[in-house]
Amino acid sequence: MTINPDLQGRSYPAAEVYDVGREKIREFARAVKATHPAHFDVDAARALGHSDLVAPPTFAIIVAQRADAQLIEDPEAGIDFSRVVHADQRFTHHRAIVAGDQLRAELHVDGVRAMGGGAMITTRAEIFTLGEDLQRDPVATTTSSILVRGEGQ
Amino acid sequence: MSLKIEDLAVGQEIGKRSIDVTRQDLVKYAGASGDFNPIHWNEAFATGVDLPGVIAHGMFTMGSAVQLVSDWAGDPAAVVDYQTRFTKPVLVTDTTGTDAPGAVIEVAGVVGALDADAGTARIDLTVTFEGQKVLMKSQAVVKLA
Repeated sequence: MTINPDLQGRSYPAAEVYDVGREKIREFARAVKATHPAHFDVDAARALGHSDLVAPPTFAIIVAQRADAQLIEDPEAGIDFSRVVHADQRFTHHRAIVAGDQLRAELHVDGVRAMGGGAMITTRAEIFTLGEDLQRDPVATTTSSILVRGEGQ
Repeated sequence: MSLKIEDLAVGQEIGKRSIDVTRQDLVKYAGASGDFNPIHWNEAFATGVDLPGVIAHGMFTMGSAVQLVSDWAGDPAAVVDYQTRFTKPVLVTDTTGTDAPGAVIEVAGVVGALDADAGTARIDLTVTFEGQKVLMKSQAVVKLA
């Protein structure tokens, strides 16, 4: 199976809303062995000036990987998930993610590069909330490169 | 704690940490993150795709390593940018039923750069497993007070 080179420049619109809950922030924080009180105690988060519990710095991966799934599961993409290796990851926070946020993610395929018999695919998720007048308020930009190993790699 | 740029210097150490990892930790991370790739919890599947055994999620390693920076900054929201490359897997052996960790990840951080105009410090993390770097160019940018 080969990777479709026409993927480059493709984008996938925000498909669903991700509701950020307090218990999910606590669960994710425990899973990455975070102990900062701003992830667990609402009063501690508010004392730092936040409206609610603050998500750990890599929490947006949940939303980003859901967006990536649209590409990986796209039959036109030709990606075999069992041959995918995560190569790099970046999070740029325009503001902190806090409990109560309703996040949406628009996925962009920024790069497709043949490597051996496989390909390196770079995606970018623009994560935002919608304001009352439906304007986008940017929350985070995540970029990720995955290596899809070719046969015998 | 409130960090000020004038009190920091490039090369200054921010601390070190050891992170014990067990197979149960990987199951917890899978559930919390939604990444259920069986290479992170099933030995037979992992060896069947030519891995030496069950390996930690790269995002587990990235996510746990940054806690050193969150705690140093005093507010996790101060980490405004964080990036890494994944270069080597962390092999987690099955120690279920014992108190022993299946792997130990070592994290150390130094101030890599200071930007007075932006009011930020770049923290460069060295993240190793069994003496080898598992993350490269692991950099967290902290917004200072």
